[in-house]
Amino acid sequence: MRVSIFRFVPGMDAKPRMQDYEFELPRDRDLMVLDVLEQLKAHDSSISYRRSCREGVCGSDGMNMNGKNGLACKTPVSEVAKRDRLELRPLPGLPVIRDLVVDMSQFYRQYERVEPYLNNDSPPPAQERLQSQEERAKLDGLYECILCACCTTSCPSFWWNPDKFLGPAALLQSYRFLADSRDTATEERLAKLDDPYSVFRCRGVMNCVNSCPKDLNPTRAINQIRTLLVKSGT
Amino acid sequence: MKKLREMEFDGLIVGGGGAGLRAAMQLSQSGYRTAVLSKVFPTRSHTVSAQGGITCAIGSEDPDDDWRWHMYDTVKGSDYIGDQEAIEYMCNVGPQVVYELEHMGLPFSRTETGRIYQRPFGGQSKDFGKGGQASRTCAAEDRTGHALLHTLYQANLKAETTFLSEWFAADLVKNQDGVIVGVVAICVETGEIVFVKSKVTVLATGGAGRIYASTTNALTNTGDGVAMALRSGVPIQDIEMWQFHPTGIHGMGILVTEGSRGEGGYLINCEGERFMERYAPTAKDLASRDVVSRSMVIEINEGRGCGPDKDHVYLKLDHLGIDVLDARLPGIMELCKTYALVDPAIEPIPVVPTCHYMMGGIATQINGQAVTQDTAGNDCPVQGLYAVGEVACVSVHGANRLGGNSLLDLVVFGRAAGIHIQDVLRQGVSYREPSSSDLEHAMERIQRWENSESGENPADVRADLQRLMQDSFSVFRTEEKMRGALSQLAEMRKRVEHAHLTDKTEVFNTARVEALELDNLLEVAEATAVAAEGRRESRGAHARVDYEERDDENWLCHSLYFSQDRSLRKRAVNFNPTIVDPFEPVARVY
Repeated sequence: MRVSIFRFVPGMDAKPRMQDYEFELPRDRDLMVLDVLEQLKAHDSSISYRRSCREGVCGSDGMNMNGKNGLACKTPVSEVAKRDRLELRPLPGLPVIRDLVVDMSQFYRQYERVEPYLNNDSPPPAQERLQSQEERAKLDGLYECILCACCTTSCPSFWWNPDKFLGPAALLQSYRFLADSRDTATEERLAKLDDPYSVFRCRGVMNCVNSCPKDLNPTRAINQIRTLLVKSGT
Repeated sequence: MKKLREMEFDGLIVGGGGAGLRAAMQLSQSGYRTAVLSKVFPTRSHTVSAQGGITCAIGSEDPDDDWRWHMYDTVKGSDYIGDQEAIEYMCNVGPQVVYELEHMGLPFSRTETGRIYQRPFGGQSKDFGKGGQASRTCAAEDRTGHALLHTLYQANLKAETTFLSEWFAADLVKNQDGVIVGVVAICVETGEIVFVKSKVTVLATGGAGRIYASTTNALTNTGDGVAMALRSGVPIQDIEMWQFHPTGIHGMGILVTEGSRGEGGYLINCEGERFMERYAPTAKDLASRDVVSRSMVIEINEGRGCGPDKDHVYLKLDHLGIDVLDARLPGIMELCKTYALVDPAIEPIPVVPTCHYMMGGIATQINGQAVTQDTAGNDCPVQGLYAVGEVACVSVHGANRLGGNSLLDLVVFGRAAGIHIQDVLRQGVSYREPSSSDLEHAMERIQRWENSESGENPADVRADLQRLMQDSFSVFRTEEKMRGALSQLAEMRKRVEHAHLTDKTEVFNTARVEALELDNLLEVAEATAVAAEGRRESRGAHARVDYEERDDENWLCHSLYFSQDRSLRKRAVNFNPTIVDPFEPVARVY
C-alpha cells in the first residue's frame, strides 16, 4: 500500500508537500490508521501527529484520511484506503503547525465561549443534586464529546466564519448545559447565542454528523438550541 | 549556556489528568497563580479512559453502607501494605469529594430516586467482609473517567487556571538547599526551553504502563514523574507492584471494565467452565484483580485457555441482554465491536491479564508532600515537591488496588494537596534562586539528545525494553528471569545513552519528546526490576514462583528504591488510623 502523508516542517520545508511511504499490510488482519502511522514513525521519526489513548476516547488523533475526517486510532485502513492508497492530511480549516498537527486554539476558544460548565448559584445540598433518570437521559449523546474537532473542521459554515460561527462541537457542548436540569443559567446562555452568526450560520449540511467518531449528532443539538432561541424571543 | 526564559507561578502542577486538575482547581479558586503544565491537552490525559466508576460509600444503592466497610475492603485488597491512616482519610472524605464533583456538573448515571447510580465492583463487601457483595462504585455509564476529566477541566476554565498545554517537563530544578523550585520544560509547539519557576511543584504525571509491551495504558503513560523524581534523588516506593487487569482485550491491550463483571458478566475457560468459582468460591469473578489475573494465567498455563493458541479466556456478557449492555456498558460495546470485532451481545470477548496500573510511586504524606528517608531510616519531607494520583504512593493501594479506587484517589488527594498548599502559600514560601549549574543539571538530558550524532534508533530500544519487561515482570515472577532482566537492563542503559535523535527541528518535534520519554521508561523499568527482585515474598500483585507465601515477618513493609546507588530499603507501613481501630493482617481469602 502507498501511504501519502502531508508533510510540512517549519524551518525545513518552504511549503507543504506530500511524502509517499510504501507499507506492507498484514494479510490476516486489518490495522487501524494509527497503527500504520506508528510503524512508519518507528522508521521515519520526523513524522509528527498527536496521539494518546489509541482507543478512541482522548480525541488526539483527528485527521483527514482519504478525504474523510476521523480518528486514526479507530478507523480501520480497509474502511478508508482506496486502490491501495491511503492519503493522510491534517484536519481542514485550521492552521497547520507541522505535518498532521493543526493549531486548535480557535476551536478551543469557541468551546470556552459557550461557558462549558454547570452554572447554578443556589447553594449545593449536603448530598448530590437529585436528577431523574429522564432528566439525565437528556445528556446522552451530548456529554460524550471528546473535542477531537472532526465535526467542526468538516463544516463549511465554520470554514467561512471561523471567528463568528461557534461550530458544531462548541454548540453540542452549549446544548449539553442547556439540557442539564441542574443548570440554572438558561436565559443568560441563550442571550449570548442570540445573534445572526453564533448558531444561525448552521446550514444543516450535516457533515458534522457524518464525521463524528462517537456517533453524536451536533445538528440535532443545534436545532434544539434554535428552537429554544425562537421560543425565548417570542 | 544561554539564559533560559523564566515563567513564575505560585503553584505549578505537572500533568493535567484527574489528580492534577483537582489540585489546580483548588489552588486557582483561592486566587493563587496556578499553572497546569501538561504534555497533552488536558482532556487527552489517561484519566479519560477510566470506565467503571469511582468507589465510595455514598449510600445510594444501600442506605446502610459505611465508609468503614470500604476502608476494610481497601486494606484487605492492599494485602495489608496500604497505609491505614491514608486509606481511612480517603474512604471517609470520599463521599464529600464525590458530591463536589456532582455539584460541578459530572453527569453521573442515576437511580430511580434520582441519586447517583452505584454498581458492584471487585473486592467490595458489606459489614467488613461478612455481609456479601456491596454495590459501591458510582458511575457515569461506563465512561466515568471521561465524564470526570471533562468536568474537572471545565471547572478549571471557570476558575481561570493557566494552562501550558503540550509542554513537556524534562526535569525538576533543585536548588543548592535541596528545595524543588520548578521544572525545565519544552514548549512542544515552538521547541523553546523554559524554566518554569514555582513556589511549589506538584507532580501529577500518572502511570508508566508503557514499560510493558501489552498494556491498557495510553501511549503517553511513560512514567515521566517517577523518573524526574528519581533523577532528583527522591526515592520511589513499592514500584514492584504492577496491577494486571484481568480483562484486557486479547492482542490489543484495550480495557474492558470490571464493571462488566459487576453487571453480571463472568469468565469461562475453553471447557465453558466458570472457573473463578474454584479459585474464589465467595466473590467468584468479583475477587480482587490480582486473584482473578493469577487464576486466569493458571487456567491458560494448564491448557484450558481458549482460541487456537489457547492463550486467553473468554468474558461472557451475552446473557445480560442487549438492553442492559446498551444502558450500562455502551462504551464497552463500542470498544469490543471496533477493536475485537466481537459483539458482546452475541459472543464472548477474548481477554487476557494486561498491565493496567502502577501501585507504586513517590511516597507522600496525606497532604501530598513528597517524602524521602534519611540515613537513619526516618521519613523526611522533600521541600517544594508534591505528588498526587497514580505517580504518588500515599499509599492507599498497597500491593493491589481495588477497582474504582483510582478515580477516588485522584480527586481526594488532588484536593488534599490543593488545600494544604493554599495554607503553605498563605504562610509564605521563600527559597534561594537556583544557580546556573542547578539549571544546567536539569538540562542535561535535553542536551545529550541534542548532541547525539549517531547511534541506535530510540524506537528499537523502546520495543526491546517493553518486551523484556513483559517477559520478566508479569503476573508470575521468578528469580532467574528477573536476574537475567537486571543484567539486560544494564545493557539497555548503555544503548539508550548512545541512541540517536535524528530529528533536531524545533517545531512540534514529537521524536524529541519520545526520546525523552524513553529515558523515563528506562528509569521506571530499572526501579521495577530492582524492587521486584528484592522483595522475596508473594504479596498482592507481586507473585513469585520461588517465594509463594506472604512473609509478614520480613516484608510487611514498603520497599523504597533509590536510583543513585540502585539500592532498595524498607519503610514502615502506617497502621495508625485516627478514627477506627487498625485492621490487623490476616490471610486474604475471597
